[in-house]
Formats: sequence, structure tokens, C-alpha cells
Amino acid sequence: MGALVRIRDVSKRYGDAVALDHVTLDIEEGGVQGVIGYSGAGKSTLVRLVNGLERPTEGQVFVGDDEISALPERRLREIRGGIGMIFQQFNLFRSRTVAGNVAYPLTVAGMPRADRDRTVARLLDFVGLLDRAHQFPEQLSGGQKQRVGIARALARDPRILLADEATSALDPETTADVLALLARVNRELGVTIVLITHEMDAIRAIADRVAVMENGRVIENGDLYDVFATPTTPAAARFVRTVLHDRPSPDTVARLRASHAGRLVTIRVPDRKGFTAELSRAFAAHGVGEQLVFGGISEIAERPVGALTYALEGAEDAVHRLLDALRRTDLDVVEEG
Amino acid sequence: MDELIADLPQYVQAIWDTLYIVVISLVASGVVGLVLGVALATTRSGGLLANRAAYTVLNVVVNIVRPIPFIIFVTAIDPLTILVVGTTIGPTAGAFALSVAAAFAVSRIVEQSLVGVEPGVLEAARAAGAGPVRIIATVLIPEGLGPLVLGYTFLFVGIVDMTAQVGAIGGGGLGDFAITYGAQRYNWPIVYLTVATIIVLVQVGQFAGNALARTALRR
Repeated sequence: MGALVRIRDVSKRYGDAVALDHVTLDIEEGGVQGVIGYSGAGKSTLVRLVNGLERPTEGQVFVGDDEISALPERRLREIRGGIGMIFQQFNLFRSRTVAGNVAYPLTVAGMPRADRDRTVARLLDFVGLLDRAHQFPEQLSGGQKQRVGIARALARDPRILLADEATSALDPETTADVLALLARVNRELGVTIVLITHEMDAIRAIADRVAVMENGRVIENGDLYDVFATPTTPAAARFVRTVLHDRPSPDTVARLRASHAGRLVTIRVPDRKGFTAELSRAFAAHGVGEQLVFGGISEIAERPVGALTYALEGAEDAVHRLLDALRRTDLDVVEEG
Repeated sequence: MDELIADLPQYVQAIWDTLYIVVISLVASGVVGLVLGVALATTRSGGLLANRAAYTVLNVVVNIVRPIPFIIFVTAIDPLTILVVGTTIGPTAGAFALSVAAAFAVSRIVEQSLVGVEPGVLEAARAAGAGPVRIIATVLIPEGLGPLVLGYTFLFVGIVDMTAQVGAIGGGGLGDFAITYGAQRYNWPIVYLTVATIIVLVQVGQFAGNALARTALRR
């Protein structure tokens, strides 16, 4: 299966400011590709390369067989019909009704009125807002506005839907609704989704692959579980730690050190049953007492992710033997500070 | 009172002349100013048709014309008025001169109204595959319609005011009538009548403009 979107060694500079720094990324057809990073990491610029709203300073961007980065604006307009986009602030036309908003891309495409009305009704039904067709955007809640945004983005049966912080302005409950709708768009309509966000929960909910961005670079990209469970670069590991909050910060370590005499070790939660029982047996076998002092286990892609930090109590050589034994297994053990 | 009745035909004629000048100037400067204002709003950096050179030229031209006192500007463009209208006397000549001067003022009103339109909305239209001309016509102007209507209402009041000045230099209309038949003959009732008429005209215009803006803004 080839990649639907191929971003090849792309840089984007605005004057002296570097928004993207030699980014290469493949986005596979039919999936949900998450892109996570702090604000200012270059996510929004990256997503705008895909529909040509931004052009790279250098490098190439392909969607299917079209080299987006080389096409004239006029050709891009046709291609944008096949790429929907939704926004953090929804960006609905205040001067148009809900139906008028959804109809806009169809009018641009020159669809005859009767077909247009049918398509708009079908889309509004899909997002559950058929009864709101003649209202204006300001009469809707945030979640409803984003549903209209999604219906508008789907108007021309796109292959790709770009979601730029689409849930960041919504409360948690509404976020879940909108993410569920996006998951349906992906599953039922087969639309490839590129989900740009700084929210871990959004990624966790629907992405199957995730790219982590920092300072204009993609520092890690891969299967959702792998990226969060076993990040391969130090920068990605640092980022994952801050979103999962599963490992103690240096401040926390210092505080723990003050109240616990023994060694502090953090063990990554592996994806298998009986892990904690396994640990308890190991502690007991070496005569080492343990106290769980930090950590947590959560789920990503329906698999456990997290880390547990223990304060170990016992004779120095016993603790030493225990750590050796643990390190001989597949467990990832890190001694803190 | 007798004099008032004697001057009635001139008074009615003056009202018609004023309305004639106001309507022509409003439409002509409204259209030209809209084009100029859209050009200003879209060529500025970050705009739909961002073009530093075009914006700078437009900006400087508008800035040169705007500060010239209206009554001097009208006199200064007399050669142009003669070229286009054939004379500098009468309501048509007045309307022409007023239209030219007002168009530059309108361009700023339009620019301000349109710069206030959310850039994200324009981006959504671009993402939907619309080109710049279509976006201007179907998104930029409709989204900025509320402030635009209020701006045009403000302009209407300004134009009524300017017609009085045009009148004083041969354009006819209510301003001319108030001075020639009123002030210069110490006939104060005529002056007050004229002022009252202008106030009514402005009130009706402002009221209509507010109502239209409310419809456009739906509030």
C-alpha cells in the first residue's frame, strides 16, 4: 500500500523564522495520521502543505500522483476539492446559513442546484444537523459548529480530511463527540484523516499512526502504541513523558529522594498480563521491600502504557542483585537521579 | 411667510438638486470606493492578493488626496470636471466632483470594514477551492456587510454635508438655497427651514442605514 501523501525533505521559512526544517513524512491511505506537538512546532504549516495553502521553501509535497508543491494556483484549486479541511475556530461563514455553508464548496465546483440541495441534506443528516439547516452559525454550540465544518469539508467527497486543532476549542465532552464523528468519517466513508493537535486525548482516541513534531522537525513517526510506549529518540521520549505524565520530573525525584532513603527506579509498563505480580515475586525473591511512589498506567490503542516508580528498601547487595535480575528480563528499568 | 411661499419652487428645486447630487455621488463613489477599498484590503500583506508594490501605490495615492480640504479639492479638479461634464456649474458637475472626492474616503471605510473580516473564513474558502475573485464576491464582502452598510451610512451623512459646500460654489442644492435665498437676504426662516430639511434627510438616511445593517448583522 503506497502512501497517499508524501512530504519529501520540506522546509518552510518566513524570513528568518523556520517553520519547518527538512521534514519528511508519508501518510498512508485510509488511516488516521495524528501529528502532535506543542504550539509553534510547525504542525499547522505542515498540514497546509497538503492542500497547497502554504508552499514549501524547499522540498516536495505529493498527494497521489500530483506534486502539490509544483502546481500553479489554478490547478491547486481543483485539487483542494478532493481535500477537506476543518479548523480550530470552525471558520464558518457568518453570512450564510448552515445549509449555505455546506453548499459553498459545491457552488464553487459548479454543481447544479438540485444536486446541491440533495448533497447538503445527505451531509447534514450524516453529521446529525438536518434540523438546523436554516439556522445561522451563531445560533449553534461549538460542537454543532464543528459538525457543520465537517459537513462542509466532506461536501465534495474528499479522499483526505485535514483537521487543524479541530477539537482544541471544545470542552471534553464535545471533543469526544466530534472525535467519534471523525472516526466515523474515517471508517464509514474511507476518508484519510490528518489530525493536527496538541491534545494527547484526541490522538489517543482516533489516530492509528502519530508523528511527533518539535521545532519544525518530525522527531518521531510510527504506530501510535510504539511511539508512546517506546519512543526511539530522546526528544520524542521527552515529549511523550510530558504528555503521559507517567515519569517523575526532576523536581518530583528530588522530593521523593528527600523522603525515601533507598534507590528510586522507574519501570516501563510492558504490554503483557501479570506484570505487577511478576515484579512482586522478584522483589520478594531478593528480599527487597518496595514502595510504589509515582506513576500510572493508561491505555493507548487498547494496550497498556505507562511507568511505575518504586522506592526500594533493603540491603545494598540485595537491591543490586534485584536490579541485575530485572535488567536481564525485557523490562525497561531506569534508575532515577 | 409670503416670501417663503414665493420661494417655494426654488426650495423644491433645491431639494431635488440635493437628492440628485447625493444619490449620484453615493452610487458613484460607493462603487469606485468599493473597488479601491477591496484593492487596499486584499493587497496589504497577508491579504488574498498580497502585493506590496500595489498596496504602497494605492495607499500613497489615497493618502495624498484625503487630507486636501474638500472645497479646495473640488476647485482643483475643475479641469477634469470640465473634461467629463462640460461645465463646473450645476448639480451634475457638483455630483461629479463630489463623487471623486468621496471615492477616496469610501476606499478607507471599505478597507477598514473588510480588514475586520476573519482571515480564517477566507482560508476556509480557499481550502474549498475558491479563487480570489470569487472569495472577494462571495465571502469577503458578504462577511463584512454589516460594517460596510454602517460605513456607507456614515458616508451618506458626509455627502449630504458636502453637497452644501458644492452648492456654495455653483452646484445648486439646499446649501446654495440656504445661502442665496436665506442668509444673504437675512431671511432666517428660510435658513432654518433648510437646516430642518437637511436634518430630516440625514435622520431618514441614518435610520435606513441602521435598519439595513441590523438585517445584515442579524441583531
